Amino acid sequence: MSASQAFPVPSRNLHRFANPGRFLRLSGRLLPWLATIGIALSAVGLGWGLTLSPADWQQGDAVRIMYVHVPAAWLASFGYANLAAASIAALVWRHPLADLAAAEISPVGAGFTAICLATGSLWGKPMWGAWWVWDARMTSVLVLFFLYLGHIALVRAFDDPQRGARAGAILALVGVVNLPIIKFSVEWWNTLHQGASITLTGAPTMAPAMLWPLLLVAIGAMFGFAALVVARTRAAVMERRIRGLLLARAQEGEAA
Amino acid sequence: MTHLPFIVASYAITLVVVGWFTVDAWARMGRARRRLAALDRRPQR
Repeated sequence: MSASQAFPVPSRNLHRFANPGRFLRLSGRLLPWLATIGIALSAVGLGWGLTLSPADWQQGDAVRIMYVHVPAAWLASFGYANLAAASIAALVWRHPLADLAAAEISPVGAGFTAICLATGSLWGKPMWGAWWVWDARMTSVLVLFFLYLGHIALVRAFDDPQRGARAGAILALVGVVNLPIIKFSVEWWNTLHQGASITLTGAPTMAPAMLWPLLLVAIGAMFGFAALVVARTRAAVMERRIRGLLLARAQEGEAA
Repeated sequence: MTHLPFIVASYAITLVVVGWFTVDAWARMGRARRRLAALDRRPQR
């Protein structure tokens, strides 16, 4: 067995999905499942969180804001990690769909980051007495929001879409340094924002009656995020094909 | 329920933003599919 058979080359596997026709076929089958699972899990989790889960002994019912704020915060970072992965695929392996995917991830990621900031502010006012404080966690999430906006602006700032995509990919990779800052900001600095209640290594410090609806919404929102990105990327692939056809017709017209 | 206005505002913002993205994505897909079908006579996927 050769080395390449033993260790599959990522670019070879990735490029199997580079064909636009294959991507449209696969994503067309995948999209209804992603959307249905996302809507169902989110609806059950939000309904559970709003009506059946208990109020917090300190925060009262304001704790129910957690069921939208925390999934939005996780998705803001998760979306940026995906943006960075797409940027690597575009820069290193020149994957033809990675540029399109990156350009479609950033508006959705910015939307979830905006939800995270707005709902955090609505949670902070009754709990801390302030809509906003320049706390390390909140400031680093605001920086993430600006990174998303910068990426959206940069990929559209060039006449040549490839140059825009390349500049956007570099910005996305530079901005990755903000992800660990967001994660560890509550440990590295003295922050008003509370520490993590759920970690990968330890048991959650949250009651199961609150944890389950939160996890349901988080998983549902992740499927919803994926559905939105796949739908937007499908549209972008078709729009690129339309531009190609119109250009070919214009050139045929000029030649005639 | 305590803090009701803050809870309602949080859920409303979330639903409006996610709803807008959903409607926009599906409308954009539909527009692209129709336009492509009109331009490209090959069998549609």
